[in-house]
Amino acid sequence: MNDLTPTREQREAALEGMGCRRKRVEDIRFTQGKGNYVDDVKLPGMLHGDFVRSPHAHARVKAIHTEEALKVPGVLAVITAETLKTVNLAWMPTLAGDVQMVLADGKVLFQNQEVAFVVATDRYAADDGVSKVVVDYEPLPVLVDPFKAMDPDAPVLREDLAGKTSGAHGPRKHHNHIFEWTVGDKDLTDAAFKKADVTIKEMISYHRTHPSPLETCQCVCSFDKVKGELTIWGTFQAPHVIRTVVSLIAKLPEQKIHVIAPDIGGGFGNKVGAYPGYICAAVASIVTGKPVKWVEDRIENLTATAFARDYHMTTEIAATKDGKVTGLRVHVLADHGGFDACADPSKWPAGFFNIVTGSYDFPVAHLAVDGVYTNKAPGGVAYRCSFRVTEAAYCIERAMDILAQKLGMDPAELRLKNFIKPEQFPYHSALGWEYDSGDYHTAMRKMMESVDYAGLRKEQAEKRAAFKRGETREIMGIGIGFFTEIVGAGPSKNCDILGIAMFDSCEIRLHPTGAGIARMGTKSQGQGHETTWAQIIASEIGIPADNIMVEEGNTDTAPYGLGTYGSRSTPVAGAAIAMAARKIKAKAQMIAAYKLEVHEDDLEWDIDGFRVKGLPEKAMSMKDICWAAYNSVPPGMEPGLEAVSYYDPPNMTYPFGAYLCVMDIDVDTGVYKVRRFYALDDCGTRINPMIIEGQVHGGLTEAFAIAMGQEIRYDSEGNVVTGSFMDFFMPTAVETPHWETDYTVTPSPHHPIGAKGVGESPNVGGVPAFSNAVNDAFSFLGATHIQMPHDFWRNWQAAKNLGVVAA
Amino acid sequence: MPKTHITMKVNGSEVEGLAEPRTLLVHFLREQAQLTGTHIGCETSHCGACTIDIDGMSVKSCTMLAVQANGAEITTIEGMANADGTLSPLQEGFRMMHGLQCGFCTPGMIVRAHRLLKENPSPTEAEIRAGISGNICRCTGYQNIVKAIQYAAAKINGVEFQEAAE
Repeated sequence: MNDLTPTREQREAALEGMGCRRKRVEDIRFTQGKGNYVDDVKLPGMLHGDFVRSPHAHARVKAIHTEEALKVPGVLAVITAETLKTVNLAWMPTLAGDVQMVLADGKVLFQNQEVAFVVATDRYAADDGVSKVVVDYEPLPVLVDPFKAMDPDAPVLREDLAGKTSGAHGPRKHHNHIFEWTVGDKDLTDAAFKKADVTIKEMISYHRTHPSPLETCQCVCSFDKVKGELTIWGTFQAPHVIRTVVSLIAKLPEQKIHVIAPDIGGGFGNKVGAYPGYICAAVASIVTGKPVKWVEDRIENLTATAFARDYHMTTEIAATKDGKVTGLRVHVLADHGGFDACADPSKWPAGFFNIVTGSYDFPVAHLAVDGVYTNKAPGGVAYRCSFRVTEAAYCIERAMDILAQKLGMDPAELRLKNFIKPEQFPYHSALGWEYDSGDYHTAMRKMMESVDYAGLRKEQAEKRAAFKRGETREIMGIGIGFFTEIVGAGPSKNCDILGIAMFDSCEIRLHPTGAGIARMGTKSQGQGHETTWAQIIASEIGIPADNIMVEEGNTDTAPYGLGTYGSRSTPVAGAAIAMAARKIKAKAQMIAAYKLEVHEDDLEWDIDGFRVKGLPEKAMSMKDICWAAYNSVPPGMEPGLEAVSYYDPPNMTYPFGAYLCVMDIDVDTGVYKVRRFYALDDCGTRINPMIIEGQVHGGLTEAFAIAMGQEIRYDSEGNVVTGSFMDFFMPTAVETPHWETDYTVTPSPHHPIGAKGVGESPNVGGVPAFSNAVNDAFSFLGATHIQMPHDFWRNWQAAKNLGVVAA
Repeated sequence: MPKTHITMKVNGSEVEGLAEPRTLLVHFLREQAQLTGTHIGCETSHCGACTIDIDGMSVKSCTMLAVQANGAEITTIEGMANADGTLSPLQEGFRMMHGLQCGFCTPGMIVRAHRLLKENPSPTEAEIRAGISGNICRCTGYQNIVKAIQYAAAKINGVEFQEAAE
């Protein structure tokens, strides 16, 4: 020991482990324009593909004329369904157990559906070719309104399903019906409603929207005819799943498919599924023998790939007159568009919507979801949420406010009265989940104190009185969103994708000099995995995070994983990291014991190495153990220091949070101003607070956009009327509110490091907080429920409908 | 389609090439000049991922033809680092303040912020927000981007950066 010996605090800090606001590794390249995204991939002889798309929402395709297109300089091929049939790829399976046309086979079912794929020497020539393809259509009656989908005389959309009375999820009731999914005890729930003092019933819609990451979906496919190998660079949130799917549907041996997901410019659920562009680019490469790039543009992205939400939730709560909830009954009409391409774990046609009992102790509940086809784009992806959880959170949070209004109770008081109590965890919900941990009352009270909730309500009462006296035209809304998420899909007992259990994986290999590499089954799209995964390893095995390189997205080098979506990376892969690290630590302990000539049990862990109990000066650092692992391991032990873990989580994790929005709305213009937004998140153990706050800011901004205007809207003919950033609300820095973040920490009891996942919480909790603020603002004027999105025009409409603005 | 010979100075180096009259500047920069740091996020001039600096102005390079840039002086994200290769105050600010996540908007955002700080070396928060309103970010919610620009402004102006409390 001398003055230069680092203190324990210095050694700890040098690791930059869990809890550290470590600056991001990724930023060095991204801030210099040195990221490597799919469109940056340029291969010798690379061709470009572009789609001919349908202008009609529902039409028969009578003929496709490609002759003129093939005369365009640079155009090499025009692929149609007929071409794809020769390789049995005109249709592809969806993750939801349905099938989807890759290219229009006889008819089109939504506007901008893929009809033909033009392959050319550059993207301009491909576009020229697209403009020269002539398609003869015979328009058919269009079905836009999901509530009319199961009318007896509704047009038949899916002729390919004629005569099929059951689908992947059971019986079909109608030619446009996809599935009915029911959960809970109907009889007990009906009985609770019969006995109830008070009930509410409201049809709460969560409109169709879109994840729209700034980078659209794209790929480069390169087929090597000599080796028979297909390499695909793509915007894939789940690269291994893509490899397996390609192998199954293209009948290529899986070892001959190399999937590479390079840097991804945001995903938010948009990049989970497989799209016709990927299939067409792969087929085009096989046909031409050259690499083929497909990059969708923004309009294609918004109108054709992976919408989100479109849930219409008829919601009923039964309660006692003093505000204790006694039953919940929800029926959902789910609009899935022309094909059921929902990206959910295979056995869950409505995702985890049965988390709809939320944070409340409902003794009984019943849920039924009917999925229907309409002439809209397929999708139903989890836009920054875990499989339909944001729909569920919006449903229950809006309904609790409606109940509070009916009871004349404060919505915060109603929630506090009905929260699951800390001592009830692990809590078994009426709809079948086992909540791992939570302390809702503490989170709620901390939020209420932080924002001076009582003071806000007092101010609101004064403003309402002033409004009624005609002294102001501004109304004030206070919106609470208290959410419970269910993330970390998931346990193999109930979660798989096409039969593959939803585990995740990590392989750690330490090098002789005390550095190493971690390879993952996950794939960051901005979450900062290269930074945070190394922090977990640093804390677990005492190697500085800076000495660990994290690699994701190459299916040849990474262990098999199910990818990054549904806030599953930290709950599942984060656990795999800890487990792999612990395997390494166990071997390191044996090596240290051998080198220090003591029994393993005489060693104890000390920040960055092992020391002999009671003899702290007799120690061996992990750095030195790494060296020893390659030259002097105990007799009989294999050299090297590496481990792999495939982690099958025993349960989901259940992050939660208390959000509050304060909004002022001018009734004469509908213009709103978000005065304050406070977000308290409990995601269990916090790995990097800087990144958590960044995730919360970003998710709240998405929630703000969705609640206040972001919508994929169709006219009665099935035309998308919000198909570009001109019309699809995309907040800039000017509209975006200031965010306040806060936290409590309730670790997950079953997760190796107690972490729960946070990326999607702000989208899940944010939307109800915004919508409740708008509804709360109007409630004293007689409003019960105003549908989202709450843009200026709709706010003004609401004021008009309530008679406070001249009609 | 006939091609026109064009030259421009990009990040201090002469770049020349052939471009069709319709070739967008962003495609010329990305595909001919091999400068892939400039990104494309829409085709309607809304997102700003393609923002570059042309003759002292921020320009969305998806909305300008390559031939229109003939003879221009251009700076892209690849030309933003300090002369010695270290991160510029803006690049450093984005990293220190966690002003980026997926990194796709970042090049356009930094190039835009660079021009903003030339025009207004000590902007208020409102001026920063208005100044970057042509650039969409889907990940950060802008709050840390604002801080990143404030950090850079302070560093350029030689004053201590005071991070506002949340």
